[in-house]
Amino acid sequence: MQRLILNKKNHIMILNAVLISFAFLSKWTAQNMEIFVWSMAAASVLGVLPVAIQAYQALRVKVVSIDLLVTIAVAGAFAIKNFEESAIVTFLFLFGAYLEQRTLNKTRSAIKELVEMAPESALKLMDDGEFEEVDIEEVDAGDILLVKTGAKIPVDGTVLTGGGFINEASINGESLPVSKQKGSKVYAGTILENGTIQILAERVGEDTTFGRIIELVEEAQDSKSEVERFIDKFSKYYTPAVLILSVIVLMLSRNIELAITILVLGCPGALVIGVPVSNVAGIGNGARNGILLKGSEVINDFSKVDTIVFDKTGTLTIGNPKVADVEFYTENPDEVSGYLASIEKESAHPLAKAVLEYIGDTRLYTVEKTDVVKGSGIIAVVNGHRVAVGNEVLMEKENINLDEKVRTDIARFQQKSNSIVLTAVNGKIVILIGIRDRIRPGVKEDLKKLKKLGVKNLTVLSGDNQGTVDLVARELDLTEAHGHMLPEDKAAYIKELQKKGRIVAFVGDGINDSPSIALAQIGIAMGGGTDVAIETSDVVLMNSDFSRLPHALGLAKATARNMRQNIIIAVGVVLVLLAGVFLSEWVNMSIGMLVHEASILAVILNGMRLIRYRLRF
Amino acid sequence: MQKAIIQLEPLICPSCIQKIEGAVKSLDGVDKESVNISFNSSKVKLNFNDEKISIQDIENAIGRIGYKVIKSQSKAI
Repeated sequence: MQRLILNKKNHIMILNAVLISFAFLSKWTAQNMEIFVWSMAAASVLGVLPVAIQAYQALRVKVVSIDLLVTIAVAGAFAIKNFEESAIVTFLFLFGAYLEQRTLNKTRSAIKELVEMAPESALKLMDDGEFEEVDIEEVDAGDILLVKTGAKIPVDGTVLTGGGFINEASINGESLPVSKQKGSKVYAGTILENGTIQILAERVGEDTTFGRIIELVEEAQDSKSEVERFIDKFSKYYTPAVLILSVIVLMLSRNIELAITILVLGCPGALVIGVPVSNVAGIGNGARNGILLKGSEVINDFSKVDTIVFDKTGTLTIGNPKVADVEFYTENPDEVSGYLASIEKESAHPLAKAVLEYIGDTRLYTVEKTDVVKGSGIIAVVNGHRVAVGNEVLMEKENINLDEKVRTDIARFQQKSNSIVLTAVNGKIVILIGIRDRIRPGVKEDLKKLKKLGVKNLTVLSGDNQGTVDLVARELDLTEAHGHMLPEDKAAYIKELQKKGRIVAFVGDGINDSPSIALAQIGIAMGGGTDVAIETSDVVLMNSDFSRLPHALGLAKATARNMRQNIIIAVGVVLVLLAGVFLSEWVNMSIGMLVHEASILAVILNGMRLIRYRLRF
Repeated sequence: MQKAIIQLEPLICPSCIQKIEGAVKSLDGVDKESVNISFNSSKVKLNFNDEKISIQDIENAIGRIGYKVIKSQSKAI
């Protein structure tokens, strides 16, 4: 019976409205007070039913809820024969709840969209050798699944047979389909655009990368900052306190009207809902735009950031160095290129890869007595010659003179922000190579936007030499640049900044920079869909898209601002109402309820503004 | 021990959480510390001892205080 009444709340609300209108109609047109009173009474009783039931259910689990306050208020109004007020209050309360539900649903829609993208069924290989469609919940790790063209990949796993092209946009934003064959890894939530594959399920449901992202968004939306936890504790005691206050006022003033008005006013609805609504809307906006802000504490910290420290390679630059300029100081360029290629073949250094790519196919020689000099280069014996490959520091160590021409060339190369690699054979420089790691397109504009948003310091840290780093800093208009930094040095640098009271965000690659990411107040990993990036960052740029950074910062600031606005609205309204109740005559129960509901709607609507937030410059 | 994830109809009132918490925490067999109610995704997550109480009992308890359970799943932990 109780369930039935609660299910029909909306119908009750409408019926309530009808009865009240009917009452007013008969009062004004037909001047019939009796019908007026009876209609209002009926409306009150009808309207208070669902509220009273909710109050009772809450009491059963020892919770004093706002339903209880409203029920008592309505009963009180009934007792002093003020049927008009009791009816209006019940209607407003029901209507308010209805509007809240509609608007809250809209605020949560971003996450609903994400969840709906999750696969719900899969074709599983059964014991009889046939594939059958089963609910996604019945798939376990180790199952073999069939995926046909056009279908969503249901789990994280490996391709056993078949092949095709998969659109992985939902995981990492790449719009070009990726080719998959036997042994390739596939991810839940992505779409097989072309082909047929059988996959071995490795991670299912919440454990898939996709599932993790959804869970993180949900956790983020529910995570409470200190302010929210305080408000929660506050409201637990607040509601019973209002009840007691109302009783005291009743006993002192013998004014039932006043007492029940206080009951209606004293519900912290707007305050309790205000901050979470901003949080949900802000995070929802982020999720839709490829940004995951992990909670309102993160949002608050990020909004106050004054220093952003960037890693260079792979963050500000594309991370794919290429040979840009070459100079030969010998008559046998092919031979020395061969020596160089032979040495670089044994090196795992990123610059080596660029050199090999440039040289291409060439005659290779045996390399002996390889001596790696950390931070400077390699010395080895190739084809009987002593060959040194590295930077100026290495050449100095080898006592190799750099003549006028070489020096000029080096200067010229460095002007173009090249990392230089010198090759010397038997004490004489033979090759000069300039390697450039291109700055990601658009980074300069993005950094400008960050400055506009109020970030005072933009710093770059890199393992590369100071010269290259300075060039990057100059081109991108950065505040500071430090080269020759090992991961530990970067972490130490951040610590120093924090000691000086700065709020630091660190943007880097998820794997090597984890100490720095952990230390900074806001750690941002450009790892895209990798587990490491997702787990360790405070702000995840889901597609490794640097250009999302300004939006992320702007969104955090807007959300923090929105929360503050909501708190002001909520508290302000209560104060105004209280003042009105005690200091003047115009605040009665109906007005109190109206203003109260209006304030709740106001904070929800204010929060909703964040859904459509966009960076406007 | 089992872990349960119970999906409810969208929650709208802040005090709903307190009510549901009160209802499930008082059930014998439910691990009080593990009860986690997510307001925005309207999910109840908790651990329970399936020898003392069934997922159906937990759903009923939630239903008794007026919240409709849309679906639930549990798995051993």
